[in-house]
Amino acid sequence: MTHISVTVDGLHRHGDVEPRLLLVHWLREDLGLVGTPVGCDTSNCGACTVLVDGRSVKSCSVLAVQVDGKTVTTIQGLAEEDGEWHPVQKAFKECHGLQCGFCTPGMVMASVDLLSENPDPTEEEIRNGLEGNLCRCTGYHNIVKAVATAAAEMKGASS
Amino acid sequence: MIPAEFDYVKAGSVDEAVAALVAGGEDSKVLGGGQSLLPVLRLRLNSPSVLVDVSGIDELRQVTDEGSSILVGAGVTTHEVMHHALVTAHVPLLSQAAGLVADPAIRHLGTFGGSCTHADPSGDMPSVAAALDAEFVVAGPGGRRTVAASDFFVDFFTTAVGLDEVLVAVRLPKMDGWGSHYEKFHRTAQAWAIVGVAAAVKVEGGAITGAKVALTNMGPTPVRATSVEAALVGGPATVEAIAGASGSAADGTSPTTDTHADAEFRQHLARVLTARAVTKAAGL
Repeated sequence: MTHISVTVDGLHRHGDVEPRLLLVHWLREDLGLVGTPVGCDTSNCGACTVLVDGRSVKSCSVLAVQVDGKTVTTIQGLAEEDGEWHPVQKAFKECHGLQCGFCTPGMVMASVDLLSENPDPTEEEIRNGLEGNLCRCTGYHNIVKAVATAAAEMKGASS
Repeated sequence: MIPAEFDYVKAGSVDEAVAALVAGGEDSKVLGGGQSLLPVLRLRLNSPSVLVDVSGIDELRQVTDEGSSILVGAGVTTHEVMHHALVTAHVPLLSQAAGLVADPAIRHLGTFGGSCTHADPSGDMPSVAAALDAEFVVAGPGGRRTVAASDFFVDFFTTAVGLDEVLVAVRLPKMDGWGSHYEKFHRTAQAWAIVGVAAAVKVEGGAITGAKVALTNMGPTPVRATSVEAALVGGPATVEAIAGASGSAADGTSPTTDTHADAEFRQHLARVLTARAVTKAAGL
């Protein structure tokens, strides 16, 4: 067993883990953070996307020991402390950027990462930025719309 | 799926990593970003007894200006390679091709060095290294050695890096004054290359005076299209001349046939994509 110490959604979490434990399993099974789903389990679909030190990663493709000492943000840590949703979460709701919702946690986290690097993306840049996240319901149109809406909202808020 | 059990060693230095590999024996494996290794472990295609994590070694995370070349640490991520000022300024072929590897989340953890040592025939990074005559700095129990790209890629998923060795850095010549382009043909956005072409050309006074072309997935290792290079150099930098020279891109290759493409189609793609890559590299 290896001891790890990680800041997860603003809280200091630590524990002894088997080196082979995947990050997504640590989040879901040890910490109870089941907002991050396991999708394909093959690095393809991106449903399990979380942020590690602010950058998107697929948590089914990372060992828990690899994030020792780092900061992890899941979909459950995105809202403000008072419960106010992140602009990307709001935009997904407003633009109907989801149907079954299974890909949504990963889509939202990948979108947050995309907007942190490129606050004013073109439609093409949004589509390229989300190439690692698969949605089988929406056809992506409303997801792209949601990200553009969130970008405008966040830009307005910061100016 | 869940990987088989293994022991985990976090190395603080290259020497520590080499010592851990020696102690771990032939079933030990280096863990960089894990973006190639983790899928392999999850599918239990491999089950090493020890993983030596090199992601925390400072030396591996540096990009250094060496004058006529840049030295990219083996642990520099694909995402960092895309955006690092030294890479975009002096080896734009690498940063552009890096942007076509997998998807953003994979690029945040996966490394340029790891992609080269993984040596997947359909990987994009090995072809870029081969095209640019990169040098690989490898550390082992006997010290450090430098391996030319032409000797580095040995076979399918096999490089010159020994079981008790660690890739430290990749040296890339500055390509100032050259144009370059990586052309990738793939089935879906984040998929591996069915065929890819890395091209760099130097154009002076309307003529091509230097050409480097390497092919992805046209054999077990990156293939240098030497006949295309020879046909380009000395010729005019025109679309017609480039199309003519690209006709020999598939000569001597023996690509694989799989569900995505048969060998004949891959050879067709090699010719077409070489013409596209060289044309774009020449700024035409």
